[in-house]
Amino acid sequence: MNKSLIPHTKKEVLDIIRATINDKASIEIIGAGSKRGWGRPYQTSELLDLSKLSTVTLYEPQELVMTADAGTRMEDVRQILAENHQHLAFEPPDLSLLYGGSKNTGTLGGTVAANLSGPRRIQSGAARDYCLGFVAISGRGEEFKSGGRVVKNVTGFDLSKLLSGSFGTLAAMVSVTIKVLPSPEKTRTALVFGLDDKMGIQALSETLQGPFEVNAAAHLPAGIAKNSSIARINTQGQSVTAVRLQGPAISVEKRCQGVKALWQCYEGFEELHSHNSDGLWSEIRDIGSLLNNQSNQIWRISVPPSEGADLVAKIRSDIQCKTFFDWGGGLIWLATDGKLEGVGTIIRSALRLAGGHATLLRGSSELRLTSDVFQPQEPALYRLTKSVKDNFDPGRVLNPGRMYEGI
Amino acid sequence: MRMPTPDAKIISKRSIIVERLQQIVPRGAFGENVIIDSAGLSAYECDGLSAYRQLPLVVVLPETTEQVSKILKYCNETGVKVVARGAGTSLSGGALPLADAVMLGLGKFNQILNIDYANRAVVTQSGVTNLSISEAVSAADFYYAPDPSSQIVCSIGGNVAENSGGVHCLKYGLTTNNLLGLEIVLMNGDIIKLGGKHLDSEGYDLLGIMTGSEGLLGVITEVTLRILKKPETARAMLIGFDDAALAGDCVAAIIGSGIIPSGMEMMDKLAIKATEEFVHAGYPSNIETLLIVELDGPLDEVTDLIARVQNIVNGLGSGYIRVSESETEREKFWAGRKAAFPAIGRITPDYYCVDGTIPRARLPEVLMRISKMSQKYKLRVANVFHAGDGNLHPLIMYDANKLGELERAEEFGTEILILCVEVGGVLTGEHGVGVEKRDLMEKVFTEEDLKQQQRLKCAFDPNGLLNPGKVFPTLHRCAELGRVHIHHGQTPFPDIPRF
Ligand SMILES: Cc1cc2nc3c(=O)[nH]c(=O)nc-3n(C[C@H](O)[C@H](O)[C@H](O)COP(=O)(O)OP(=O)(O)OC[C@H]3O[C@@H](n4cnc5c(N)ncnc54)[C@H](O)[C@@H]3O)c2cc1C
Repeated sequence: MNKSLIPHTKKEVLDIIRATINDKASIEIIGAGSKRGWGRPYQTSELLDLSKLSTVTLYEPQELVMTADAGTRMEDVRQILAENHQHLAFEPPDLSLLYGGSKNTGTLGGTVAANLSGPRRIQSGAARDYCLGFVAISGRGEEFKSGGRVVKNVTGFDLSKLLSGSFGTLAAMVSVTIKVLPSPEKTRTALVFGLDDKMGIQALSETLQGPFEVNAAAHLPAGIAKNSSIARINTQGQSVTAVRLQGPAISVEKRCQGVKALWQCYEGFEELHSHNSDGLWSEIRDIGSLLNNQSNQIWRISVPPSEGADLVAKIRSDIQCKTFFDWGGGLIWLATDGKLEGVGTIIRSALRLAGGHATLLRGSSELRLTSDVFQPQEPALYRLTKSVKDNFDPGRVLNPGRMYEGI
Repeated sequence: MRMPTPDAKIISKRSIIVERLQQIVPRGAFGENVIIDSAGLSAYECDGLSAYRQLPLVVVLPETTEQVSKILKYCNETGVKVVARGAGTSLSGGALPLADAVMLGLGKFNQILNIDYANRAVVTQSGVTNLSISEAVSAADFYYAPDPSSQIVCSIGGNVAENSGGVHCLKYGLTTNNLLGLEIVLMNGDIIKLGGKHLDSEGYDLLGIMTGSEGLLGVITEVTLRILKKPETARAMLIGFDDAALAGDCVAAIIGSGIIPSGMEMMDKLAIKATEEFVHAGYPSNIETLLIVELDGPLDEVTDLIARVQNIVNGLGSGYIRVSESETEREKFWAGRKAAFPAIGRITPDYYCVDGTIPRARLPEVLMRISKMSQKYKLRVANVFHAGDGNLHPLIMYDANKLGELERAEEFGTEILILCVEVGGVLTGEHGVGVEKRDLMEKVFTEEDLKQQQRLKCAFDPNGLLNPGKVFPTLHRCAELGRVHIHHGQTPFPDIPRF
């Protein structure tokens, strides 16, 4: 067991990391520890728990900006924003169903470090697109900052992007500044039933190429739709193809009619209103309940949307799995049972033609040790990645090996 | 502005370098691809920051990524510096040549490679102009959202290198938010693909890091962009105020009410007058500040939002509102704003465009202080402002032929930028640091902040050969930056609870 260190100030984080460097030891950084199952298993001597750095230090609704300590709970962030009819437009998921633990425990730092995003990714981007600046302690034991509190900023390299999705392997963020946005006034979801994967994605693509400002587009095969808690979805015994429309009421209504006209050629058009819509899209965002949460391997595959259906068909010819599509077909969630080590190889060889990448989001530690959790990199890209790590954390002090061996 | 001292050894080897470049990039169908004569070189002596000029050692215009790779590898091995150049419209001197550096022009990378509506993506070579991408997909009612005013000429590779914005970035994001993939070449010749038509590639976000890297990290040869469906309707409003502070309140109130317009621009009296005389956009003449607010989307949404904005404006007591009634009229409203720089150019021998960002709420105060500075420096200033995102473009008017005016204009600009930082903003919103703001970086960043940024450069270009002398006020060698500091005498956190 590694020992837990719980700093209350930035200075303490700095001291801990410096002492760790001096001891030639290593450290695992956690916020709430809600995503510890994501990544390669690795051993460190210490655990740096940032959950006590949890103050929202600046929130100016009219400036659409918030600065908060990295350990600030996402639940608190959401609540403060909701009081001002604002939200995080990148829709970060709550992955507690995937990794266990209680609901809504993630922190802001963890959300950025994992570059989370949800169904609205296709329109509004991921955490990387909202992180305006940060203060962090590098693996060299130095405090540094980047960015600022304004959106338009090209003053120096955009290190906020680099730390987004770096899983704590470059620096420990102590404070993060994010862009926030007004919450949509109205939500409606348009549905059709009974399409196969290929036709479903085709239907999504038609709406995404239209003037409807669709901000989420998913296709759930029948076996997945039945796991939804929304009655209109789970009682059909059929696949569900869904797009979400948000904005001012009058506009949402009009655009929904537009999608209806476009989807005339398909069977059984239906609409979900606010409450059920929110329910459905949070299930799609949080994944666990739709996949029934039994499977011991869960993969996240990002592909060009038009390749989604064929890719899944190809994978299915080799492995039994459950899948559904988000991002208009561009994001595939795949769950499979058994201890199959070859799953990653099968998925990644199928990806070679399609383009894209696959990540093992959940798997036993044995599996995560023996097969690549993150998409393996071409030699030149790996060299560059390693060189970036060398320049931020030369002694491999922070989350060593969490993303790639030696990184 | 001091640049690194040119390396006489490299300059003396010019003919050998030229010969090698000619081997790598032979004469093409349209003439020489290696330019050595001074007339030819002078076309490259400056970018949009024309106060700084320098002839490059030699210009090379490769046609393929393999050639770029060979050029960079050769330069890396022989210690020759390289400056990449797109269309040369940078306003911060990012593409300023160096006397001892090869200038690598991407003008021949001018093909759009693939248009893919099903995946809403365009793959293009990096020298293609910003506007030609939107034009190529326009028939299908698509467009590429970031629209810098220089879009007719600037290259998409340059846009990525500068993370360029435009009037529509408020709603649709900057270059970085509309980029899916890149092909880049490193100084050591490695060709690396980042991203593609899918979203969020795993691993470090090097796509994000390349965006805004000002030609210091790698040469961009291919770009994959996200394209969007054109909105069903767009309407622009002209809103006039007698008081800049009220205009500032109006911007805050619109955003505060939950509306994100597709564009929200502000111009002051001098800018209004100059553009009106130049393009006759129909701007009112008797107001202090003009806001242009554009709303786009489905027709009913736009109608609804216009009514809401009108309410806000009425509440603030503006005397002037006009809403565009046709596409022609909307374009006319914008024509004035888009021609603001050249319009100012008509009323002054020279002007200096400043580019800082501030928190929106500080606008009235900042404008007031700029006007005081204008008196102090005895130079006129016109203000054009991406009001929605707090990005300020004061245009300082001067006459380079008058002794000391250029220096005074630069000092004025510097004082504005320092003010931007002081109120919580930054030195540059979209034009980049380049050479222009290089020496101000210490106003924003600590030494350690800057060192960490330079370490990132070391990861990409350990010999420091790509575009040196730009962005960073001090050049450190990577070996020095790489040394790990031993932090002696730390008490190992006695107060921290352990388990
Ligand atoms: C009249 C006018 C209006 C403008 N309006 C705007 C505006 O509204 N918004 C805005 O953001 N900017 C604006 N600009 C600034 C400028 O147009 C942008 O910064 C533009 O993106 C530069 O593109 P370029 O191809 O001209 O790049 P260049 O000037 O050639 O180069 C700029 C920098 O990028 C690097 N670079 C260029 N190409 C590559 C490549 N392929 N690989 C690696 N590095 C490369 C260069 O080394 C240099 O550091 C304006 C400029 C002018 C003159």
